[in-house]
Amino acid sequence: MSSLVTRVKLKQIEQLVAKGKRLDGRGILDYRELKIEQGVIEKAEGSARVLLGKTEVLVGIKVETGTPFPDTPNEGVQTVNAELVPLASPSFEPGPPDENSIELARIVDRGIRESKAIDTAKLCIEPGKKVFVVFIDVYVLNHDGNLIDASALAAVAALLNTKMPNYEVEDGEVKIKSGYTPLPLKSHPITVTLGKINGSLIVDPWLEEEQVMDSRISMAINDEGNICAIQKGGSGYFAPQQILEAKNIAMEKATELRKKLGW
Amino acid sequence: MNEKPEKLIDKKGLRLDGRKADELRPLKLEVGVLANADGSAYIEHGKNKILAAVFGPKEMHPKHLSLPDRMVIRCRYHMAPFSVQERKSPAPSRREVELSKVIRESLEASLFVELYPRTGIDVFIEVLQADGGTRCASITAASLAIADAGIPMRDLVVACAAGKVDDTVVLDLFDVEDKLGAADVPVALMPNLNAVTLLQMDGILTPEEFEKAVSMAMEGCKQIYVMQKEALKTKYMAIKEEVEEE
Repeated sequence: MSSLVTRVKLKQIEQLVAKGKRLDGRGILDYRELKIEQGVIEKAEGSARVLLGKTEVLVGIKVETGTPFPDTPNEGVQTVNAELVPLASPSFEPGPPDENSIELARIVDRGIRESKAIDTAKLCIEPGKKVFVVFIDVYVLNHDGNLIDASALAAVAALLNTKMPNYEVEDGEVKIKSGYTPLPLKSHPITVTLGKINGSLIVDPWLEEEQVMDSRISMAINDEGNICAIQKGGSGYFAPQQILEAKNIAMEKATELRKKLGW
Repeated sequence: MNEKPEKLIDKKGLRLDGRKADELRPLKLEVGVLANADGSAYIEHGKNKILAAVFGPKEMHPKHLSLPDRMVIRCRYHMAPFSVQERKSPAPSRREVELSKVIRESLEASLFVELYPRTGIDVFIEVLQADGGTRCASITAASLAIADAGIPMRDLVVACAAGKVDDTVVLDLFDVEDKLGAADVPVALMPNLNAVTLLQMDGILTPEEFEKAVSMAMEGCKQIYVMQKEALKTKYMAIKEEVEEE
């Protein structure tokens, strides 16, 4: 983090950002090029690959039957897991999930959960006993910064692509029938992350900017343009005014992305 | 116990525990409560009971984690198995891992890490009883513990949440409101610098409600800040009196 190289670069990046420019030629409020490909894994019930610049994230979705949580007996279950796969970056190491991958998974989870994106009431098979469990697995394939937005987009894209097995209940036994129905979705949250470099806010920080920024803020925006999840990260701080500024930028960028994606 | 109250706010605008919308729960703060720690603090925030301890700055162990130009902060937020209604496994949950990270980051902004190269400090937080808003109470206590350890700081970090319950934006949600309410926005603040070091949110808020919640939480922080400083002074007043008696 604090190597000499990044300090020299910090100065360069800071000076550029102060002029409203960035090392990779983008404007400070521009996203990198975004590509989404759905249905890339046939054996998964849903999948999507997102390319955000050189950042690449694959999300696979498996739908299985399981037991509901005791406090929500009539609702299906959603779980998100994130793997920072070692092949994605020299800084990722094999082993159990570290705090970064847990935080990433929980941010993606919160965006989907709090916006009530998955209509969990429709995933109930037998109240209190059997429901569908939607496993959302985030697989980071190449780390070039802003894993949060790429993963959140990939997760929703994969959910949009997810089909649930048809079933019927016979004598209390769940039988999977042939054919599929689309997973019922109610919202399509879009998460926008801003980095703070020397007091300036930038949208979609890439790897080198992430190494020099002191903090970030991610906001998930739902279909109605309301905020449904926020996470500040990094060891720096935001002035209250900057939070409101970040909120306005995030809402604007989310609307822009929504239009482009047709969500 | 499991009955869901119909309304979280009554006709008079009072909440389930009798508070007004912008009212904090009762707070008790104590500094220097653990003999072995370099700094420690205890907070009772409503029914939350939390201990925080700080060790260091000391040489970083294991050594390969030390940084040549700054201090490393490690933080563990942990809930006791008996702190909640149903026993919580003592193994760290994903929630605890995430909270440890965001609490560490919220405290780090207040420290002059570059003054202590190659060292580390450990911040340990034990939630003995939880009743909603533990991350905020933990930050308030941990920051006091750091001050108690004599580590130079830009400002104390103080945290408080606001949220939405029924249709009202309210301050300092307790457990039931947190679970049944519409949204929760924890905020940590360094009041003298007007700097927000932690901001999270879950639930759905309109942009206007969000603005209101943030400013309400910041007002709550400022109220707790006064008590935080008072708690620090109380400890050193007691020491002064002891010395004068001798």
